[in-house]
Amino acid sequence: MLAGLTEFFTAAFFAAAVRLSTPLIFTAIGGIFSERSGVVNIGLEGMMLTGAFAGVAGAYFTGNAWLGVLIAMVAGALMALIHAFLSVTVRGNQIVSGAAINILALGLTTFFLRVFWGIQEKPRVPGFAVWKIPVLGDIPFIGEALFQHIPLVYLAFLLVPLAHFVLFRTSWGLSLRSVGEHPRAADTVGINVLRTRYMCVLISGALAGLGGAFLSVGQLQTFLENMSAGRGFIALAALIFGKWMPARTMAACLLFGSAQAAIVRIPALNYSVSPQLLSMFPYLLTLLAFIGLVGKTTPPAAIGTPYVKE
Amino acid sequence: MRRNWSERALSVVLALAPVWAVLGALLLGAFLIAVAGINPVDAYAALLEGAFGSLSGLGLTLQKTVPLLFAGLGVAFAFRCGLFNIGGEGQLHMGALLGGWLALTFAGLPAPVLLPAVLIASFIGGGIWGAIPGLLRAKWNMSEIITTILMNYIGFWFVSFTLHGPLQESRGYYPQSEILPGASWLPIIWPAARVHLGLVLALLAAAGVYVVLWRTTIGYQIRAVGSNRRAAEYSGIPAVRSMVLAMFVSGGLMGLAGAAEILGVQHRLSDFFSPGYGFDGIAVALLGYTHPVGVALAAVFFGGLRAGFNAIQRTEGLPLAMAQVVQGLTLILVVSSVALPRLRALLRRKEAASAGGVD
Repeated sequence: MLAGLTEFFTAAFFAAAVRLSTPLIFTAIGGIFSERSGVVNIGLEGMMLTGAFAGVAGAYFTGNAWLGVLIAMVAGALMALIHAFLSVTVRGNQIVSGAAINILALGLTTFFLRVFWGIQEKPRVPGFAVWKIPVLGDIPFIGEALFQHIPLVYLAFLLVPLAHFVLFRTSWGLSLRSVGEHPRAADTVGINVLRTRYMCVLISGALAGLGGAFLSVGQLQTFLENMSAGRGFIALAALIFGKWMPARTMAACLLFGSAQAAIVRIPALNYSVSPQLLSMFPYLLTLLAFIGLVGKTTPPAAIGTPYVKE
Repeated sequence: MRRNWSERALSVVLALAPVWAVLGALLLGAFLIAVAGINPVDAYAALLEGAFGSLSGLGLTLQKTVPLLFAGLGVAFAFRCGLFNIGGEGQLHMGALLGGWLALTFAGLPAPVLLPAVLIASFIGGGIWGAIPGLLRAKWNMSEIITTILMNYIGFWFVSFTLHGPLQESRGYYPQSEILPGASWLPIIWPAARVHLGLVLALLAAAGVYVVLWRTTIGYQIRAVGSNRRAAEYSGIPAVRSMVLAMFVSGGLMGLAGAAEILGVQHRLSDFFSPGYGFDGIAVALLGYTHPVGVALAAVFFGGLRAGFNAIQRTEGLPLAMAQVVQGLTLILVVSSVALPRLRALLRRKEAASAGGVD
C-alpha cells in the first residue's frame, strides 16, 4: 500500500499538479477582482481561450514567447472590455454577456486559426526555458516538484500574495471591495463606481488571457481548437470555493490541478480505468466540492447588479 | 405633431430590437468574412441561397432548426422561472443516452410503442440532469450556472464512456452505438426536403410551453417565482417545487433536442453528435425574448445560419466558426438592446430641453 502511494505521489506528480494549477490560478485570481467589484464573469472561459490563441499568434509573428504572453493579456482584456461595457455601461444581463463572450471567443479563435494556418499546419511557437531556482531547485524531491518550472509558474504563485495585498492592504483594494458590497455608499464617498468596475473586469480579462497563454505558449507551444476546455469555468468554481480570497482560491486551484495531474498519472501506472471516466473526474470533483460548500459562501453583496448613479 | 411621429418611430425601432441585433451581427460578420478573403456580398448571397434557396437547403435549415428550437425552449422555460440553464449540452447528451439505450434494448417493439417511449425516456434523462441543479439552487441557493456548466462536462464524458464501453458498436472501431432500430426513427414527413417528424414535435413543444407557462396554474407559479421569489413565497406559491419543475422541463426539452438529432438525423448515438446545440439554445432563447413564438423565429434564423454557412464552406471548420461568431455578436447586440429605452428617455429629455421645457 505504502509502496503504491510513493509510486503514485512522485516528485513528477507534484510538479505536474503545480503546472496544471497555474492557468487556473491566473484566471481565478483575475475573476476575484471582477466579482469583488460586483461583476459576475462567466466569460472567463472565453477570455482564456482568446488569450491562448492570441499568445500563440503573438509568439508566432514576433518570434518571442514573452511578447506572445503580453499580446495574450491585451487580447483577454479586449474581450473583457466588451463584458465591462455590457455589464457596467449598458447595464445588461451579465450572465448573457459572459455566455456571448464564450461563444464569440470559440468562433473567433477557430476562425483565425483556420485563416492563418489552414487545416493541416499547426502553428509552432517558441516556448519558455525552465528556470531552476538556485539552491532550492537542488533539494531532492521538493526541488523537482516546486522549483524547476517555467517562469510563468512562479509568476502565478507570486500573484497570489500580490492580489491579497492589493485587495486588503491598499486604498484602491478597499474601494473596489466597497464597490462590490455597497456601491451607493462607495459613490457617496467619492469612489468612481463605474471606472472601478471597468478596471477590475479588465484585470480579470488580462489575467485570464495570461492563463490561456500559459496553456498554449507555456505548455503545448501551439494552439488547439477550444483548448481551454472548461478551465475558465473550473477557475470560476475555484474562486467561489475559495470564498473570493486569493490564498483559499489558490488552494482550490491546487486541488483541481492535482486532480488533473492524477488523470495523467493513473494510466501511466497501468491501472485500467476508462480514459473517458478519468476525463470526467476533475469536473465531478469540482461539482462535489462545490456541493460540499452548501450554505457556506457569501458572494459580494452587489454582485450581478448594475449600478445606476442618481 | 412632429414629436408624436418621432415617438412612434422610436417605438417601432424598439420593438424591432432583435431584428437590428441580427442585422448588426451579420454586418460585423461581413468584416470577418472579408478577412477570410471571401467577398461578403457573395458569401451572404450564397448563405441565403444555401439556407432557403432550394428544397434541400431549406430541408437542411429545418433539420437544424429542430434541435435549436427544443434547446431554445429549454433555456426560455428555465429563464421564466428566473433560472439560467447553461447545462443544455449535458442534458441533451443524457437525454439522448437514455433514449438511445432504450431504443437499443427494446429494439423489437413496434414503432407506435417504441418511438413515444424513447422520446419520453429522452425527456426524463435530460430532465433529471436539469432537475439536480434546480434542486441545488432552490434548496441551498447554489448557483445553477456553475453546477449546470460542470454537469455539461460530466454528462458529455459519461456518454463518451458508454460509447467506448457498454454501448459501443459490436465492430468496435468507432465510439458510436449500433444503428438504432428503424422503429425508433423519427419518420420523414416531407421527403423532398428530408424533413422529419421532429419539426412538428418541436412546434408542438413551443405551443405546449406557451400553454403551460401562460394558461396553467403551475406555469403562473413558475413565472411568479421568476419575477420575485420572495413575493411568490409570501403568497403561498411553493417556490422550491416550481424551480425544480422548471429545471426538469427545461432539461427535458434539451433531452428532446438530443433525441431529435439522433432519432431524426444520425440514427445512432456517437461521440460529438451535438455541435453545441445546448449552448446555441441560449442565443435562440434570448434573441426570441424567451417567448415561444420569438424562440421559433430565432431557431429558424440560427438554423438557416448553420445550414447557409455550410454552403460557403471553403475550409473545414470555418463555417461553424463563422456561425458561432455571428451568434456571439447577435447575443452581444441583444444584451445591448436593453439600453434602447434609456436612449429614448435621453432623447425625450433633450427634446423637452430644446422646447424650452414647456410641455
